[in-house]
Amino acid sequence: MSETLSNDTIVGRGARDGADLFRNWFGELSDAAETGRPSAYVFVMGSLNEILKSFDFPVVFPEINSLQTAVRRISGEYLTEAEDYGYSPDICGYVKADVAVQLRGGKHPMGTIPKPSMAVLTNACNTYIKWAEIWERMYNIPIVTIDVPGTRGKKAARAQNDSHFENDRKYVLAQLKELISVCEKVSGKKFDIDRFRETLKYANDMSRAWKEILLCNESRPSVFNALTDGTIFLGVANGFRGTREGSCYFKELAEEMRYKVREGIGTLTEEKYRLAFVGVPCYPIFRKFNEYFSLWGGSFVHSTYLWFASGGTNLGFEYDLENPLESLAEGLLVSVRDAMDSMFHQDQALLQMMETYAIEGVVYHPIKSCRTVSTGLADGRKHLLAERDVATLFLESDMMDKRVVSEAQMKNRIDAFFEGLASRRTIAAAQL
Amino acid sequence: MAYAAGVDVGSTQTKAVIIDERRRIVQRSLIDTGANVTMAAENAFRQAVELAGIGEQEVEFVIGTGYGRYKVTFGNKQVTEISCHGRGAVHMFPKTRTVLDMGGQDSKAIRVNDKGEIIDFCMNDKCAAGTGRFLGAAAVTLDIPLDNLGPTALLAQRSVRISTTCTVFAESEILSWLGKGKKVEDILWGVHQSIASRSTGLLKRVGVEDEVSFTGGVAKNTGMVKALEESLQHRVNISEDSHYMGALGAALFAMDHIIASRKPHAKEAV
Repeated sequence: MSETLSNDTIVGRGARDGADLFRNWFGELSDAAETGRPSAYVFVMGSLNEILKSFDFPVVFPEINSLQTAVRRISGEYLTEAEDYGYSPDICGYVKADVAVQLRGGKHPMGTIPKPSMAVLTNACNTYIKWAEIWERMYNIPIVTIDVPGTRGKKAARAQNDSHFENDRKYVLAQLKELISVCEKVSGKKFDIDRFRETLKYANDMSRAWKEILLCNESRPSVFNALTDGTIFLGVANGFRGTREGSCYFKELAEEMRYKVREGIGTLTEEKYRLAFVGVPCYPIFRKFNEYFSLWGGSFVHSTYLWFASGGTNLGFEYDLENPLESLAEGLLVSVRDAMDSMFHQDQALLQMMETYAIEGVVYHPIKSCRTVSTGLADGRKHLLAERDVATLFLESDMMDKRVVSEAQMKNRIDAFFEGLASRRTIAAAQL
Repeated sequence: MAYAAGVDVGSTQTKAVIIDERRRIVQRSLIDTGANVTMAAENAFRQAVELAGIGEQEVEFVIGTGYGRYKVTFGNKQVTEISCHGRGAVHMFPKTRTVLDMGGQDSKAIRVNDKGEIIDFCMNDKCAAGTGRFLGAAAVTLDIPLDNLGPTALLAQRSVRISTTCTVFAESEILSWLGKGKKVEDILWGVHQSIASRSTGLLKRVGVEDEVSFTGGVAKNTGMVKALEESLQHRVNISEDSHYMGALGAALFAMDHIIASRKPHAKEAV
């Protein structure tokens, strides 16, 4: 297949196909809204699409709906509407934009969002629980909360063979069985283990490809931008997990990235600085935020967002198709824990990331309306600096609310960050 | 003789400095920024040139800095005031490794190397408490000219603790202390201590090493210098030209460009 590839056919294919898939997805959601077909609301950290897709639920990710309003620069009107309704300005912007979507009868710039027939969440974000309670009150629907036990201490994250882990896995498995019975009730369909096995197979394809794609950015120049391109990839990774389309997309995306690595095709004409991003992107000025960095030759080669917003599937965990449900419980435990750890204990993982991807600077982006991902970033930065003398930048803004994005101050800090990076290079060169 | 200029367009005042090839300050100027930022930059530059008694064409390279740096349309390049204050401070006090720049609307702690290059920095640009604006609000409430704030605060016998962290609400707090019969100088010293305490926190975040230089408009305030030294428990360097440190740094970078342009394979400066 690769011998027929050329720059024209393959470079940028992931972005184009991703946009097409998004249109199809929201088309399906609009149809569901019109016909009243039961749909499920889920979140990016532990969506359990694998189970939901085996029941053919159209799946709604309210976090993705909300960020779309910010990227399209209309989040302000949604936030204001929710605030007028009574929600405090301090509440998560994603929640408020979703409340406004619900108040508008599902009206969204990408289509019509169906009402939920059920919702599934994990405890990976404390806001998920309160958020789902809003739908419970609005629509009187069943809410399934999967309690995923977190890491007990820094080094226990992936200790899969100890007794604690085994107990945790059984605990998650029992909850998955409860979820399946709710799905049966809401959809009116019996659980089909073979269909479920098929979704796991597709999810395996995606996880394998996702892990490979992330590693492609080891190459110089980097072949995708972790912020701008990465957000498109994440959208498909979440919305199409466990589907044939998702599996195909990621296999082809891996092919595109391999091609770009081979041909040395980077995201910038001249990649001067390789950067890591910690936190959630600044969606209200999504492209411009990235331009502030790319103008200096700065390229985001990796991001903790690509870990936690993919629900930890970056680890490439592959399900055992012989023991599908048990394996899903294990995968959920491993991946959601990793997603949580990449928010709360990211310093050690960042050190590894810096080595693997030859990163020169780390940009922290605490955001006003999400304390879950932002709390502890200042301490995380301190820990990182205690281990490594690396240039860091701390930018405070928001993922939804333009009112708290101060561009002049932001640009000033970014410019000074690059001036500092240049100084560091001069000093390093002088010491050679 | 070639000259270089730095124009620092701040939120409240615009400063210009002209230096010669030996990197000595030839002349300086200071004007209020006002609403027309481009015009302020031009006026400050022209004023400095006129005071220096040289022609504009003799200034071979101009660098703009400060929040309005991109409005220095006649300039050749822009550099952030963070880099410029670091560079200027090390030029004035070569052993400087930590710089506190306190301006009208923000404050910055900057860690630099022996060449004045930035190693790390930390900013307070989200809240006016801890900046010159906080002092300005106190001056208005207490009806004291800005230049007299420091000397008045130094007369304090007993400090009044200002607990508010907001410039706007500080006004109410000051009024309430006046209502309780506290002396103006004691309240004012409390205001200085409050700002010094915030600045110390900022400085500690980048690390206080060797000499600390205090730059920016507020560095002219003698009360602030004393409050900062007490809070930091460290002596701070003050220059007569502290207010012009950003513009000086910009002029020094500009001179680097002039000199580098004479060397065919020289590396470009920041």
